[in-house]
Amino acid sequence: MESLLQPQYRGKSLTDPVNTLEDKWNLLPAFLRVKGLVKQHLDSFNYFIETDIKKILAANQVILSDVDPQFYLKYLDIRVARPTRQDANEFDTSITPHECRLRDLTYAAPILVDVEYTKGSEVIVRRGVEIGRMPLMLRSSLCVLSGHERDEVAMARMNECPLDPGGYFIVNGTEKVILIQEQLSKNRILVEAERELVQASVTSSTHERKSKSYVVAKVGDGRCYLKHNSLSEDVPIVIALKAAGLATDLEIMELVCGTSHKYQELFSINFEECAKLGVRTQQEALTYLGQRVRGGRYQYGTTRLSPVEEGMEALAQTIVAHIAVDREHADYREKALYLALMARRVVQTLHDPQKVDDRDYVGNKRLELAGQLMSLLFEDLFKTFNSQFRQSIDKSLKKPNRAQAFDALFSMSFGGSHITSGLNRAISTGNWSLKRFKMERAGVTHLLSRLSYISALGMMTRISSQFEKSRKVSGPRALQPSQFGMLCLSDTPEGEACGLVKNLALMTHITTDVEEEPVLRACASLGMEPIQLVDARTLTDPKVATVYLNGTPVGVTHLPKMFLARFRHLRRAERIYEFVSVWRNDHQNSIQIATDGGRVCRPLIIVQDGVPLLTPNQIERLKNEELSFDDFLRLGVVEYLDCNEENDSLIALKEDLVTTQHTHLEIEPFTVLGAVAGLIPYPHHNQSPRNTYQCAMGKQAIGVIARNQFTRIDTLLYAMVYPQQPMVKTKTIELVQYDQLPAGQNATVAVMSYSGYDIEDALVLNKSSIDRGFGRCQVFKKATTTLKRYANQQTDRLEGFRMDEDMNPISTHAALGTDGLAEVGERLENGQVYINKAVPVQPEPNQNQQVQVDDSDFRETPMSYRAPEAAYVDKVMLSTNEKDLPLIKVLLRQTRRPELGDKFSSRHGQKGVCGIIVKQEDMPFSDHGVCPDIIMNPHGFPSRMTVGKMLELVSGKAGVLSGNLEYGTCFGGSKLSKMSAELIKHGYNYSGKDMLYSGITGEALEAYIFFGPIYYQKLKHMVMDKMHARPRGPRAVLTRQPTEGRSRDGGLRLGEMERDCVVAYGASQLLLERLMLSSDVFDVELCRKCGLLTGTDRWCSICESGEEVEDMKLPYAAKLLFQELMAMNIAPRVSLSE
Amino acid sequence: MVDIHRDYVSNVSSTDFPGNFPGEDHAWDLEKFKSNFNVSISQLTERTSNFDLIGIDTSFANAFRRIMIAEVPSVAIEKVFIEQNTSVIQDEVLASRLGLVPLLVNPDSLDWMVDPLHLNEAHNVENTVAFSLQVKCERNSDGTIKNENVYAKDLKFVPFEGQTISPEPTVAYEDILIAKLRPGQEISLTCWAILGVGSDHAKFSPVATASYRLMPQISILKDIEGEDAIKFQKCFPNGVVDIVDGKPKVVDPRKDTVSREVLRHPEFEGKVKLGRRRDHFIFNIESTGAMTPAEIFLKSVAALREKATVLQSCKLE
Repeated sequence: MESLLQPQYRGKSLTDPVNTLEDKWNLLPAFLRVKGLVKQHLDSFNYFIETDIKKILAANQVILSDVDPQFYLKYLDIRVARPTRQDANEFDTSITPHECRLRDLTYAAPILVDVEYTKGSEVIVRRGVEIGRMPLMLRSSLCVLSGHERDEVAMARMNECPLDPGGYFIVNGTEKVILIQEQLSKNRILVEAERELVQASVTSSTHERKSKSYVVAKVGDGRCYLKHNSLSEDVPIVIALKAAGLATDLEIMELVCGTSHKYQELFSINFEECAKLGVRTQQEALTYLGQRVRGGRYQYGTTRLSPVEEGMEALAQTIVAHIAVDREHADYREKALYLALMARRVVQTLHDPQKVDDRDYVGNKRLELAGQLMSLLFEDLFKTFNSQFRQSIDKSLKKPNRAQAFDALFSMSFGGSHITSGLNRAISTGNWSLKRFKMERAGVTHLLSRLSYISALGMMTRISSQFEKSRKVSGPRALQPSQFGMLCLSDTPEGEACGLVKNLALMTHITTDVEEEPVLRACASLGMEPIQLVDARTLTDPKVATVYLNGTPVGVTHLPKMFLARFRHLRRAERIYEFVSVWRNDHQNSIQIATDGGRVCRPLIIVQDGVPLLTPNQIERLKNEELSFDDFLRLGVVEYLDCNEENDSLIALKEDLVTTQHTHLEIEPFTVLGAVAGLIPYPHHNQSPRNTYQCAMGKQAIGVIARNQFTRIDTLLYAMVYPQQPMVKTKTIELVQYDQLPAGQNATVAVMSYSGYDIEDALVLNKSSIDRGFGRCQVFKKATTTLKRYANQQTDRLEGFRMDEDMNPISTHAALGTDGLAEVGERLENGQVYINKAVPVQPEPNQNQQVQVDDSDFRETPMSYRAPEAAYVDKVMLSTNEKDLPLIKVLLRQTRRPELGDKFSSRHGQKGVCGIIVKQEDMPFSDHGVCPDIIMNPHGFPSRMTVGKMLELVSGKAGVLSGNLEYGTCFGGSKLSKMSAELIKHGYNYSGKDMLYSGITGEALEAYIFFGPIYYQKLKHMVMDKMHARPRGPRAVLTRQPTEGRSRDGGLRLGEMERDCVVAYGASQLLLERLMLSSDVFDVELCRKCGLLTGTDRWCSICESGEEVEDMKLPYAAKLLFQELMAMNIAPRVSLSE
Repeated sequence: MVDIHRDYVSNVSSTDFPGNFPGEDHAWDLEKFKSNFNVSISQLTERTSNFDLIGIDTSFANAFRRIMIAEVPSVAIEKVFIEQNTSVIQDEVLASRLGLVPLLVNPDSLDWMVDPLHLNEAHNVENTVAFSLQVKCERNSDGTIKNENVYAKDLKFVPFEGQTISPEPTVAYEDILIAKLRPGQEISLTCWAILGVGSDHAKFSPVATASYRLMPQISILKDIEGEDAIKFQKCFPNGVVDIVDGKPKVVDPRKDTVSREVLRHPEFEGKVKLGRRRDHFIFNIESTGAMTPAEIFLKSVAALREKATVLQSCKLE
């Protein structure tokens, strides 16, 4: 009470304006805490290992034997245990992900089952039988890291970075990500018009099978057919409907066309066709259908089915397979309704071509995540595992008179590696091949790119499309309006995958499957009449709305608006799961409810009667951590909308735009961008392609990759020596914690022309800045070897260093220690050895007895350092791998200062190479004596239109002067006018342009120079890794031509176009020199008489004379061609003339 | 006078040298220079100084500035011999950091090294100063951590045999953080400091910065009165413009930062002219510690004179 009487209450006085929802962005960190950028991966994987795996087990629960009818094995339960280490004789089996990375292990946990089976006449129950090992996703519920996410000490103890997002697997020491896969939604009718054809298609997907059914019609014709892969011929729709039990033409007409005369007119031709074919009854229709089923079906491999049975079977099992049929009562009504619905959609589209569906619409897409893919794979492997198991017990049970009762569990442990290796192989190669679904997908997994923190993070939010890259269709690549808020608008690669590879926006969540049953009950309680009880006329009555659950009609309601409102009310009251979406489709007069997994959705603030339900008080409580994001869902203040429901809502972008019409309010507009695009300051002032370019380049920037970067031993790791957080931040930067793992430095930039070495975006760098550490970076490279063991008990071994006569190590062994490994901290010059390994000369056993080991039996195969610039030994690791073989890893380090040609980029898609490095005294300086670190040419601005970069400079400068970090958040950020005022306050010009003096003449420059800090990233492309020249060098063995490529010290090719130039110019001698003399010139002897190549003894063995043998030069490739032709019985003869 | 316009600067080059205007004699005259030239010192401390050079050509002022940055020699660590380094910071980075630590060694007390890159043998008592850094981080019995931070003050001078340098070499700032350690980690190294110049590496530069600016000038062309006067005053930093009898009066143009704010406002159009004196340089020198700014400046003058002497002895073709 006391505090209320004070003139200031919580820092505000009575006359202050009423608190608005300005701080509603605080919901974002709260959201990211519970959902987060990789949470969809984790949710999906958790769902798999906790729920889905049990469902798979339930579907494959019992194994019976064909041999012994007494025998059965029943799975009681399945579970995945905590991850373990697999080493023999290990007491402590707990393992950390980092150990797996270092030791090239797989981070996996045993899959345990409880089984009940018969042994003789006994029934035995065994618990905790291991059937394989499941690679675990990091930070999933079973991972050792889960629960410690916020505990930095625990994370540090496990050598894990607390900022690492997780969501990937570690298989054989490499980090693998299963990318999010984008697909068309399953079990939904999709109407498309392709030229003359209108078709309604549905991809049915159940646990057993996948198939696609169509209803097609030609434009201007009206005749509809049912099309399916298993049907040898298109079946007229009326016949199909009759087969499905629609008895009268009237009912068919009512179902397909309702009372609309136009539709009836269009459709009536179908009855005619059916009548022509003489199909009147269901029996006749089934016969017609059954005769067209491809590949006769056999029941129990004995009798062939009759056409009627065949037709019933096809209708029940293959056509529109996801609609269950009550086969006992031969009740096909639901299937008939579904087929009629498909026909109805086709007829509607024939009448009004506008009614086609858009397959690029995000609402028609589903995103497949790691959990779903793993579940498909596991089910497949589990099924083969079971059938193998069955085979093996059949074999054992067949044996007559066994001494002991057969224990089935014996055979089970043998098959154990099948599941383990199957899972490991799929994840490490990325090939998902499932015979059951005829699924053959390559490139599902990718190596997690650890170039920078942001590249790893970007990879976790990446979505790859199933669409072919090579096809030149613009539709799927174009930016869809429905992507807004769901998928990042900027982050997509350039080139062939443009628009096909997308990224999630900041607040996107992907749903997992939800049980349909409770939703159905809720619908019933809301007054929905079940579809089974509804007659045909009501179904098409425009006053009655059909209720669809996951695309299948389940009932009708006479009060759609009320139904909708009440359904939403139930959801907001937490009676229905929050990710169930409901929306109204006016075109089809339907209410669509979706509970399936893979829908993209995002949270929004609910608006009621023009007032957002979120109150400032709640935000205050959120800030004090009294409320979490889930509480807001519980309070009914915030809800998730998927893309379809979003289309049914009116969402206000800002609080002051809310009217009574609005249903929702955006939490923060900047969440339309993803994590990678969120790094850009003032992106809303940039030309849009520039933001896209930066999204690609931000992933190549050198910085800090993770807090555990110096304990990692990666194949290639870049680290910046003095990384800085950007002066101009964004909210996203704080949310993804880029400020803690930055990749760049704040450079003082002068935008001016200098020296002429700055054309084409080249940058001028200050030498003193480089001396003081600007742009300095480190490159770590790994070398691995294992000491193999051979069949005759010999092993590879390490040898010490060899010494010269003064008892000093020879120069190539200078870095080695007595153990044959380079000492940590030693400098390695080109050619020096760092692992002095020796392998046995005779690894194959020649005799069975053990060989006496002698030094002469070993051949040195040292690993030596090959690079123009020296490196230092950073780390040497000795361990054992999964096969218990010694594993040696050596990490080499180079520290590089920027040099001519190194690539830099600002955060606005403005890349440039270093064109010249200028001494500080030559650099221009300001009144305060400040010299720029970088001079950038102003020509970079007009055509690129990166106004955001200019704003970054001004804000950054103001921030430097006032000692603050400024914000450049999208659609927000520090205002330019405020920044200008700050500059003026500190005695600078409002525009950010200063008076500079030339460092060379000392005179004032005649123009004011735009001068201030801009965040610059050093990109991974460095001259040292690319420079290459070769005067002479190695040649390929086959052709004797110079080798290709820098890594093989190859030559620089004079290609076809270059050759054309030389030919056109007529420089034949140059051509001869380049193409033959400097390449693969070869001296041959040629017999003038027969025109064939002879040996080297001046004797033509064909002509049996040495008289006319001539010397000549030939490209070795030509000689090779001649010999190959001769091998094919073609004699290439050369005729020589003077 | 350099003219300051809203969008550009004009008249930046000096034209008063011989031959620029036919018929006028601009030959350099020592007497004239002596009478015009003036030095006024406004601040002079151990580490910083601020003084004006008035009546001198840009080329001279700039030469002094450049020589101070790049050519006045100073002492910095050049070679680091690492015996043990178990800290997180890598050897090269540690060495680079040590090199940038400013040292309090009188540059005159050392000889030049001929070729510091190669011959270790070339180092001797006359040209090298050795420091040693021996730090081991340990956990004290009370749980606190000893030597968690390695500071510049941990660099200890180690005289070579027979080497006496007074005052004893130390670091200029004791609290420069070199590395951080955790219990059990250790750094043990020796480093050799030699004489070098800033053009070679920024660590040899004796100044943090040395620069100048031109003397601002504000001339009020037409009367400014009333509220405009206050506004006019606010367009400049405090103390530049005073208001006398309701009219602005320029009191101390030296304090102006030439932000051109006044040129932004249409009400002052044509009423004020900004400019800077081309021959009035306000120097600002910040020393890194080894020498006082005065010393550095005088050394730059001496260096220029020496260059001139060398040029003088060259034969003109």
